Amino acid sequence: MDLAIKLIVLLPLLAAAIAGLFCRVIGDRPAQIVTCAALLIAAALSILVFVHIGFGPEEGKLIAVRLFTWIGSGNLDVSWSLRVDTLTAVMLIVVTGVSSMVHVYSVGYMADDPSIPRFMSYLSLFTFFMLMLVTADNLVQLFFGWEGVGLASYLLIGFWYDRPSANAAAIKAFVVNRVGDFGFALGIFAVWMLSGSVGFNDIFAKAPQIAAMRIHFLGADLPALETACVLLFVGAMGKSAQLGLHTWLPDAMEGPTPVSALIHAATMVTAGVFMVCRLSPLFELAPVASQVVTLIGAATAFFAATIGLTQFDIKRVVAYSTCSQLGYMFFAAGVGAYSAAMFHLMTHAFFKALLFLGSGSVIHCLHHEQDMRKMGGVKEKAPQTFILMWIGTLALAGIGVPFIMGHGVGFAGFHSKDAILEAAFGADSVVGDIAYWLGIAGAFMTAFYSARLMFMTFYGRYRGDHHTWDHAHESPPVILIPLYVLGAGAVLSGVVAYGWFVGGDWEHFWGQSIAVKSTEHILHAMHEVPAWGKVLPLVMALGGLAMSYVFYVVRPDLPAKTAAMFRPLYALSYNKWYFDELYDAVFVQPALAIGRVFWKKGDGAMIDGLGPDGIAARSQDIGGVLSRFQSGYLYQYAFVMLLGVAAIITYFVVVVR
Amino acid sequence: MVLQAIAFWVFAIITVASAAMVVVSRNPVYSVLFLILAFFNAAALFVLIGAEFVAMILIIVYVGAVAVLFLFVVMMLDINLAEIRQGFLDYLPIGAAIGFVLLAEILFALGVWGGASGTVQILSNAGAHVGTVENTRAIGRVLYTQYFYLFQVAGLVLLVAMIGAIVLTLRTRPGIRRQRVREQLFRSKEQTISIVKVPTRGGV
Amino acid sequence: MLSIGLGHYLSVAAVLFTFGVLGIFLNRKNVIVILMCVELMLLAVNINLVAFSVFQGNVVGQVFAMLVLTVAAAEAAIGLAILVVYFRNRGTIAVEDINEMKG
Repeated sequence: MDLAIKLIVLLPLLAAAIAGLFCRVIGDRPAQIVTCAALLIAAALSILVFVHIGFGPEEGKLIAVRLFTWIGSGNLDVSWSLRVDTLTAVMLIVVTGVSSMVHVYSVGYMADDPSIPRFMSYLSLFTFFMLMLVTADNLVQLFFGWEGVGLASYLLIGFWYDRPSANAAAIKAFVVNRVGDFGFALGIFAVWMLSGSVGFNDIFAKAPQIAAMRIHFLGADLPALETACVLLFVGAMGKSAQLGLHTWLPDAMEGPTPVSALIHAATMVTAGVFMVCRLSPLFELAPVASQVVTLIGAATAFFAATIGLTQFDIKRVVAYSTCSQLGYMFFAAGVGAYSAAMFHLMTHAFFKALLFLGSGSVIHCLHHEQDMRKMGGVKEKAPQTFILMWIGTLALAGIGVPFIMGHGVGFAGFHSKDAILEAAFGADSVVGDIAYWLGIAGAFMTAFYSARLMFMTFYGRYRGDHHTWDHAHESPPVILIPLYVLGAGAVLSGVVAYGWFVGGDWEHFWGQSIAVKSTEHILHAMHEVPAWGKVLPLVMALGGLAMSYVFYVVRPDLPAKTAAMFRPLYALSYNKWYFDELYDAVFVQPALAIGRVFWKKGDGAMIDGLGPDGIAARSQDIGGVLSRFQSGYLYQYAFVMLLGVAAIITYFVVVVR
Repeated sequence: MVLQAIAFWVFAIITVASAAMVVVSRNPVYSVLFLILAFFNAAALFVLIGAEFVAMILIIVYVGAVAVLFLFVVMMLDINLAEIRQGFLDYLPIGAAIGFVLLAEILFALGVWGGASGTVQILSNAGAHVGTVENTRAIGRVLYTQYFYLFQVAGLVLLVAMIGAIVLTLRTRPGIRRQRVREQLFRSKEQTISIVKVPTRGGV
Repeated sequence: MLSIGLGHYLSVAAVLFTFGVLGIFLNRKNVIVILMCVELMLLAVNINLVAFSVFQGNVVGQVFAMLVLTVAAAEAAIGLAILVVYFRNRGTIAVEDINEMKG
């Protein structure tokens, strides 16, 4: 088992190294084979680990594989070690599963790209970092993985580096993440200061003591654990694109579609949720911080859904959908339902990756057209993609049949999203109720825009270029097979895994990997939610689907009329609530102005003026003056000599008497 | 004594005056002639103090050779007299000032104007002549024995100067015929004579 | 005034020397005058040497004066040769045009 864990983590790194460093030697196809093979083996081993840990004996629930010491400096003792418990095992399945599917998909999607080995290498590198993140046994190693996935995201968003928009988006992603990472780092420092260690076991053991401590900062007396948890959550906000630090996620769609599927749907953006769940013993004891998490998560869920209603780029719609679903995960974690959050994380990984890869298939089919206004009627040309996209949409909207066979049967989202909403309702607190109603509104909008995507893309008449239409065709099998695998996950994972995650088996499944007390409390509360509370999300989803059908199939003139009627709201939604403009005015322009002042005035005028340029100019002036002594005229030389003689004689006659 | 004094003052004043005229003269030929005058009077001064050999040498070499050389060159070069005087007066004030300062200091250092050291008096008292040998013989006794090396080197200096002057001013003119003795001596019959059968009334 | 001593000869030499120096930098238009002023300075030095030699009873000064004479003659010859060649190439001996070696 130890060997399996080490292989899972290190095989992607090895594949990335081989494909990246030896790409010229081995060529395109071997690079693809090496990376895909490594990931598929890792995925298989992950299933093995998942089965062993999730359903094995109680003692085997936590495996720690220590590799070697990293920092041993005074009180700080950080080592590279791989911690695998149920939480990790779930993430391993998600990460390796989606990543291996994306690798296979990329073989087909990026087939005409000039730099295939680089792409595959970056994908595998990203997977390695993500695996390091989820198997970290201490905060520093988690931060290593955290930064590493940020780096890989930058490299992959800016993969087509000759596009200035891609470069700008990559930098934007990195910088916004940095802001979050700053908070995260402060949180790590706070935890270390409070507990004297960065290892998870030590921290969790000391959590009750820390909860009673207080921090003095800038004259304010703050509760220690709350502050630390809020700071850690800021990091999660950056990584998971929550409200305020979300601006990078839509622009990240500049990267190739497999990248969007892997990083910005299934894995990297969920690192924040994972981190909150991993640190659930801390968050459990910090109610204020948890409320902050809930509120921000709920706000994001609502806000991102409103923007998704009006976007025309197919990938942007899915991106805002991701942002919104992440908000759901966070507010579940905020009310204490960490297992529900992880459940939704897993199902969301499947259907969101399916939706992204399916969009990629459509884009590939229509020869890199991404604007939905130029699509339509694609279901005739790409029927398999059409069916798979419907599966993903229904899973996202949360369609199913409730109450039969215990807790209902439906697509994956039906189970996980409803679990989250029930948890919010059952939390029975102000923030929980706010979260519930925002989540309900979000569910309606989610269904609406997801169906809108389907109707605009696949139904109706084709509105684009005829030349493209003639060449459009279904995608090759190497693209479709990963879609089928993910589709299977989207359909089945909800039904199959419900019991393990939030149902009756949860205690045996989770063990000690997440906070037990609050999970227990919330899961009990979930069962006490009244029937209307359980059904309302489904009603909302069906209502959204129906309304979308009306707007885009039956009466296609309605969207324009509604937009004209509610023009300010429409503008707010279409322009992303003007967040980018706000940040530009508040942060970017002043920073540029300050930079310009420092550059022109400080560096240019002062330092250069007094330094090299000034000295050079003065040297030139003095040189000009001095060069006039070298006139070439003998009589001037004789005159100067005479002056010198007169001076010397004066000296000897007058001074040296 | 008085005669000596008068002679000294006359010769000294003329020397100084002609030196001034060398600098100030408008015509360069006049400058050379004034230079010659200065040399002559300096030679007279030398004779006055008993160094007649040096005086004669001064006349023969300086006047006879160097000054005449100057004269040759001045007359050979086509000098435009009109432009020559410009700029002289601009710098006269400061030049005169500096020169005056220099002269004052030199004289002051020599102790003529109330200088405290009595070195010059001692020296002038100790002055007298070089025994009973005339000047020429006295110089000869030392020059060809003790300072023979310097004498030879002086000759070398003159040789180098002569060669240098020739090399500097030598120019090859086109169209000059020179004797190439070797070729002339080794000329053969075939190069010189050719026998031509000339038809009657034909010409060559 | 009446008894001529060493000082008088030395002062004559000093005045001649000063005139020579003045001549060099007051003169702007004629290189030959510069060469003549050099000869004046050398003459002043010769007077100094001979005066000291006579008043000290040591004939070495006069020997040295003759050597100075020799060198002065050589130098005058070379200087004039250079001047002639310069005039051949430039057509003028104005001092103000001779500044090719400026810095």
